[in-house]
Amino acid sequence: MEVINLEGTEDTPKILLDKDNGIFEISGRSLPEDSAEFYQPVIDWIKEYAKSPNSSTSFEFKLEYFNTASSKLILDILTSLENIDSTQIMWYFQEDDEDMEEAGEEFSELVELPFEFHSY
Amino acid sequence: MEYIFELHKTMLSRHLILVYEGEFTQEVTKSVLAMAERNMDSFGEQSSIKRKVFNVMVESLQNIVKHSDDVKSDDNKTLHSAIFMIGKSDTDYIITSGNPVKNEKVATIQQRLEKINSLDKDGLKSLYRDIITNAEISDKGGAGLGFVDMARKSGNQLEFSFKPINQDYSFFSLKTSVSRS
Repeated sequence: MEVINLEGTEDTPKILLDKDNGIFEISGRSLPEDSAEFYQPVIDWIKEYAKSPNSSTSFEFKLEYFNTASSKLILDILTSLENIDSTQIMWYFQEDDEDMEEAGEEFSELVELPFEFHSY
Repeated sequence: MEYIFELHKTMLSRHLILVYEGEFTQEVTKSVLAMAERNMDSFGEQSSIKRKVFNVMVESLQNIVKHSDDVKSDDNKTLHSAIFMIGKSDTDYIITSGNPVKNEKVATIQQRLEKINSLDKDGLKSLYRDIITNAEISDKGGAGLGFVDMARKSGNQLEFSFKPINQDYSFFSLKTSVSRS
């Protein structure tokens, strides 16, 4: 599968989706002008990946900030990961960032996926 | 030239640290955010407060980018004008936006804000959950979560008003306070 490798900018996150190396990562800031358009390739990629996934998938979110439109798309990403066996979400948050920790907890309540929480 | 002195005095007396008036785009949003961040950094503001202010600013600015309605001036030119301000006192950051909206939208916006203001922390959480699981992204790119998020992150009620501009438009002002303590 092709690799998605986007550098982060001041309003879009860094995204690395690499099946062969088992790296699935979204990090940084997410406040794109059009979140749906920005995340569509990611959702399409995951749907393609779901057809023949690795034996386990560890998907990392290490976000400093996301806006509400991105939050809807993050839920869509999580929902599309729900059908992939042995998928685990690694949710990273800055040690003093209670809002980001809580956001991860809220997502974990909305989808049937195991979440691991890590502060950094 | 008196007005510039008056404006300066108003900004000082209202503790305004940043005022932007004009057309709002994603580029403007990024610049305003960067200026406000630099300002908060220069004061050594706590990172938790900075993040909350940043959250409220983003939703407020993107609301204007997405939802401000263009008003036609008397000579039939389109005006995109809206205003965004940040104030900082010893106790709070105040984030205020003002933009024209069509009169037909006023009742809907007002009801949404009144509902949000009537809810406590848990009520806001369940409203957020309800919207995020059921809502579709609108054609303007919004998830319908902005006001709820502003209330949740700030922990305060949202102050608002609508002043009639003409028979078609009103000026919508929205103010959010983030406590510095």
